[in-house]
Amino acid sequence: MQLSQIRDILKARVLCGEDHLDREVFSACGSDFMSDVLAFVKNQALLLTGLVNPQVVRTADMVEMKCIVFVRGKVPSQEIVDLARERDIVVMTCAKRMYEACGLLYSKGLRGNCDGDD
Amino acid sequence: METIKLVYPVEGGDLIEAGEASSKMKLTLKKLGLPQDVIRRASICMYEGEINMVIHADGGQAEVEIDPGQIRICMTDTGPGIPDVQQAMQEGFSTAGQTARELGFGAGMGLPNIKRYSDEMHIDTQLGKGTTVTVLIKIPQ
Ligand SMILES: Nc1ncnc2c1ncn2[C@@H]1O[C@H](COP(=O)(O)OP(=O)(O)OP(=O)(O)O)[C@@H](O)[C@H]1O
Ligand SMILES: [Mg+2]
Repeated sequence: MQLSQIRDILKARVLCGEDHLDREVFSACGSDFMSDVLAFVKNQALLLTGLVNPQVVRTADMVEMKCIVFVRGKVPSQEIVDLARERDIVVMTCAKRMYEACGLLYSKGLRGNCDGDD
Repeated sequence: METIKLVYPVEGGDLIEAGEASSKMKLTLKKLGLPQDVIRRASICMYEGEINMVIHADGGQAEVEIDPGQIRICMTDTGPGIPDVQQAMQEGFSTAGQTARELGFGAGMGLPNIKRYSDEMHIDTQLGKGTTVTVLIKIPQ
C-alpha cells in the first residue's frame, strides 16, 4: 500500500517526507511498547503508535520502518520530526484512536503478517 | 577485511538520548556494506542491550568487533546485576519503573528479542557488580 493511500484512509497529516508518499509498505505494526515493535521484523513496514518520544523514531529506525503514524492526534515535537527526517522516515499524525486506525488499514488490505498468522 | 573494533560509551540516566550508540553502529555496518539482515539483527540486539544498560544499570559500554565471519557485541555495565537470569529471560518479565514505561519500555521483551535475533547470547552477571551481555551475529558468506 502506498503511503499516500495511508494518509487518505486515516485522514492523516504528513509532518515530514511529503515527497516520498509514493513509497510502499507491505505490512504494519501497532504498538506502544518498543520491544514489541522490535519483535516485529518485516521489510518496508509501517508503525502506528500512541507514544511520542525520540525513542519511537530510534526504534523504528533499527528495523528500517518506512513510516511512523502517531495516532490519537499526537503531534511530535520538531526535534522528533527532525530525527525521523535524518533517517529518511515519513511521519504522519492522525486523530483516530489506535484500534480504529489499525482496523481501517487492515480492512483495506494492509496486514500484520506476523509469525503464525496470514 | 581485518577485524574492526568499535567502542561506544553509553551514558546512564538519560533515556531520551539512549539509542545513539546503536544508531552509530548501524551506520558503520551500513558503510561496511554488510547484508541488510545482519545489520538489522545486530542493531536490534545492540539497541535492546543499550536501553537495558540505561534503564537498569545507569549506563555502561558497548564493544563491537567485526570480523569477516561475525559481529560480536559485548555490553558491559557496573549496575546491580540480574538476580535470576532465567526469570529475566522470560518474555513479559520486567522490573522497569514508571519513567521507562512511559517511554514505551518495560514489556519484558528485550532479552528475549536479543535471544531471538542473535546466533549466540551469553549473560554474565554478578549481584552488586554488574552485567555483561555478549551477542554473536554470524555473517553468511
Ligand atoms: N543490564 C542489566 N542490569 C540489570 N538488570 C537487567 C539488565 N538487563 C536486564 N535486566 C533485568 O532483566 C529484566 C528483563 O529485561 P528485558 O530487556 O527483557 O525487559 P525490560 O527491559 O524490562 O523491558 P523491554 O526490554 O521490553 O523494554 C529487566 O526488567 C531487568 O530486571
Ligand atoms: Mg529491555
